[in-house]
Amino acid sequence: MAKKLPSTDVVVVGLGWAGSIIANELADEGLKIIGFERGPWRDTAADFNVASAADELRYNRRQDLMLRTRQNTTTIRNSVTETALPMRSWGSFHPGNGTGGAGNHWAGITFRFQPHEFRLHSYLTERYGKELSPELTLQDWGTDWEEMEPFYTKFDRLAGVSGKAGNIKGVIQEGGNTFEGARSEEYPNPPTEQTYAPVLFAEAAKNLGYKPFPVPSALVSRPYVNSLGVAMGPCTYCGFCTNYGCANYSKASAITTVLPVLIRKPNFTAMTNCEVLRVTMDSSGKRATGIVYMDSNGEEWEQPADLVVISAFIFENVRLMLLSGVGQPYDPVTNTGTTGRNYAYQTANSVRMFFDDKNFNPFIGGGAIGMGIDEFNNDNFDHSGLGFVGGGSTRVTPIGAAPIDSRPLPPGAPAWGSEWKKATVKNYASTMSIGCEASSYATRTNYLSLDPTYKDPHGRPLLRITFDFPENDRKMAAYVTGKVGEIAKSMNPRQMVPSAQTGHWNSSPYQSSHIVGGFIMGADPKNSSVNKYLQVWGVPNLFVVGSSAFPQNPGYNPTGTVAALAFKAADAIRTRYLKRPGEMISV
Amino acid sequence: MTEKSKGLTRRQLLKSSATTLAVGAAATAKAATVVGVPAWVPFDHNGPMHYDTPGWQFFTAAEASAVEAIVARLIPADDLSVSGKDAGCAVFIDRQLAGEYGTFSRLYMQGPFEKGTPMQGDQSELVPRQRYRLGLAGLEGYCQKQYQKSFSALAPEEQDKVLTGLDKGEIALDGIDAKLFFQQVLGNTMEGFFADPVYGGNRDMVSWKMIGFPGARYDYREYIGLHNQKLNLVPLSISGSSAWTKKG
Repeated sequence: MAKKLPSTDVVVVGLGWAGSIIANELADEGLKIIGFERGPWRDTAADFNVASAADELRYNRRQDLMLRTRQNTTTIRNSVTETALPMRSWGSFHPGNGTGGAGNHWAGITFRFQPHEFRLHSYLTERYGKELSPELTLQDWGTDWEEMEPFYTKFDRLAGVSGKAGNIKGVIQEGGNTFEGARSEEYPNPPTEQTYAPVLFAEAAKNLGYKPFPVPSALVSRPYVNSLGVAMGPCTYCGFCTNYGCANYSKASAITTVLPVLIRKPNFTAMTNCEVLRVTMDSSGKRATGIVYMDSNGEEWEQPADLVVISAFIFENVRLMLLSGVGQPYDPVTNTGTTGRNYAYQTANSVRMFFDDKNFNPFIGGGAIGMGIDEFNNDNFDHSGLGFVGGGSTRVTPIGAAPIDSRPLPPGAPAWGSEWKKATVKNYASTMSIGCEASSYATRTNYLSLDPTYKDPHGRPLLRITFDFPENDRKMAAYVTGKVGEIAKSMNPRQMVPSAQTGHWNSSPYQSSHIVGGFIMGADPKNSSVNKYLQVWGVPNLFVVGSSAFPQNPGYNPTGTVAALAFKAADAIRTRYLKRPGEMISV
Repeated sequence: MTEKSKGLTRRQLLKSSATTLAVGAAATAKAATVVGVPAWVPFDHNGPMHYDTPGWQFFTAAEASAVEAIVARLIPADDLSVSGKDAGCAVFIDRQLAGEYGTFSRLYMQGPFEKGTPMQGDQSELVPRQRYRLGLAGLEGYCQKQYQKSFSALAPEEQDKVLTGLDKGEIALDGIDAKLFFQQVLGNTMEGFFADPVYGGNRDMVSWKMIGFPGARYDYREYIGLHNQKLNLVPLSISGSSAWTKKG
């Protein structure tokens, strides 16, 4: 039996980007806030010390910053006819752990979703009508670009995003991404410098008539003091970036931008290594009364609160709702229920190029250093007659080339022996890759639920993922990879190797941690879980914030939108909910 | 963490590693209430690493010579580098197996274990220590039967033939799937060859020098603008560079 603690104003579950942003905003209202984090407190100087941060074995191979699967993992299957099995080590995606969450080891690519994205179903129906595949369960977000833009701007200023605007207040800007929605201001910092590979790609793309732009980067390009007064250092292009913590205070994460301010506020307390087990509800089921958590001694505690914010990684957001009985679990057979529906991912494609006469110095770079084009993304091209919708962000981002994992070899090269070694030496510095991070659209059969067999160490069911790439997305992948191949070909490599996601979802190779849906936002409680303020339908003092709210995923990295949604939810609580607690939207 | 009991059955192995897991779990992080600025202790989370003690921590002498022979064929000595053995790959693997990696103590290892589809990843119930112990015993059995010799006593061409057979799944081993064993050893060998030398492999940063990887450097601002040219940067390890410790 959990021991009951004195009540507090707000509990925030998860201290990654979303939770830290919301907790900090609400702390400014004078509310007493307790933040819960299942992992440890993380700090740049202690955890990502420059003397030992550049360690590929520890961080990339042994996944030191990621959630231990022993503590919690998911089970996986491609279809309802299969038996889901546990993901025993992280492959396809990398959930984080500790304060900062996955925002410590992310790449830092900070796109804004385009205006049409927030009303995707309506928009695509208007444009393509009956051509739209019935396979897809696309939905509108219940919000729009005008409502989102101020919060994207808030995040840009918090993270010091470095880039070049393509559209300021409707005026197209040379050198930026002209496909982006009208932004209210330029990026806070200029673009980062570039290595050889992205520059070569940008030249080739330009020659073919495309408009290359610097990838928007939360690795700051110059010394920067953010909107909360926290100082960040310039990116040094060390190449130990994605899957690593940043030793230079250059990569924006909650620990480098928010938590240094938040933890100094007397009305905020962080409880680390404390795992939240469930949300407690009153007998009516219409009010959250707090949470129950377990400390590392295995003792259970009940923490009552007036307001409960769930802001863990997508998987835990959805699992906590299923475990707490919030909303009706989604059933793909009857197509009823909302908790777990519209689970989607990201469709990763690439074209690798092997050269004889180039030296890319691939060890120089960072997760968000690079150049991109958007001509083949989302609905930036006419899909009439193509048989699919969606597209991808095409770009060259040299993330670093630590050599346990980064040893590109042409297909057919041996994996060991003298010939392997020759091929490794020959190709290490002269290979580059163009990626195409493409959309992932929801279907009726891709969803999240509780696993019937496998349990976590507390005896709670693991979350079960049922997912495969829809036919729509496979066609899209083949098409965009073909387009990327045309650019690659114009660069005259010795050999090029396209890799389009046209098969089943394979849980082993890393693709991206851009996982979305399962507790989606929308305008109708019949097909969504939260309203546009991230407030749970029917449980007005419960907010669930994260990529779990995305009804589907465009061809962009999700973090900027997760953070914007966090600011949006916090703003709604501050300006509306606290004045008149209750449902902010009634239907 | 020495575990030299060569004669263990698979059942005993499973039992003993389960015990290790339970102990490991009890020793994990402590819950903490953080208010104000947390105290910072230098290297609190990054204790200096020591992998230079002599001898084998996990392997028996016979196992060690088999592993040394394997890594010397996976990464043979030639004009480009010394062998995997001389680069320290066997020492690296030994130390990894002796540590927490050897028991997969961070991973979800609850049953039921099923083979699953090719899309569901590694579903083996065997942890690395078991994979090596069973795989090396199986390899010894195979080589004795086929050649009346241990693997390490075979001629290099014969060793390559056996390794190719394991790689392609053409050779079956008693006690473990041959491909699983081969992939485990190959993966760990490459880790040892290319990881920072602090872990016992990649001696003298041999692999980094070979491919031109400058190692644990963290500032390329001076170099990022130098496109398409060889930079000839001397590699650095987490523990520094021989240039730093030279006297005189």
